[in-house]
Amino acid sequence: MNGPILSWALPAALFLLGVAMACCLVRMIKGPSAQDRVLALDCMYLNGMLLMLVLGIYYGSSNYFEASLLIALLGFASSTAMAKFLLRGEVIE
Amino acid sequence: MNAPALPLWAEALIAALVLLGAGIALLGSLGLLRLKTYFERVHAPSIIATMGCWSIMHGTLLYFSLQGHGLAVHALMIALFVSITVPVTNIFLMRAALFRARRAGKDVPPSLSRTVAADERDS
Repeated sequence: MNGPILSWALPAALFLLGVAMACCLVRMIKGPSAQDRVLALDCMYLNGMLLMLVLGIYYGSSNYFEASLLIALLGFASSTAMAKFLLRGEVIE
Repeated sequence: MNAPALPLWAEALIAALVLLGAGIALLGSLGLLRLKTYFERVHAPSIIATMGCWSIMHGTLLYFSLQGHGLAVHALMIALFVSITVPVTNIFLMRAALFRARRAGKDVPPSLSRTVAADERDS
């Protein structure tokens, strides 16, 4: 397993990223407009992607990299689709 | 996985990079939570996509490169992908927010593109 420094630094980083995701969740729940909620979701998927990368270091496994890449791909697609919906009222014209 | 123990300088460097990235992610999310208007808030998460993502990516790259299986640049792919896609999403969201603010009659700058429909409506 990891050495003396990484064994406390990685849980601390995971905690910081968890608090960051909680901040995004609060903004997504109380956000006054729809675009605030979409922005908060966008920020949350970035935080989740970073969380997956840190978990990959924590467990020393490169399987988490694929999960991270999938979150990045699907998050981009969903954020763009929702922004398009806010702009036009429909996703595919 | 039975990975070999990393040298102390590599652990310190990886820990510093990962903690820096996580701290920046927290900073961007706190900005999203605390700033007043939407057009201020839309700036805050961009720092996660640039510096937060790049520093955690460098930590991952260092960690997997020092495992002894050669240079592992696959983490670079995520950072490059994010640096391409996040501006696109942000521009879309900004345009959607401006469009909705104009429709709602808020005090935002008018559109610069003069379409035919807008000309007909103005005259």
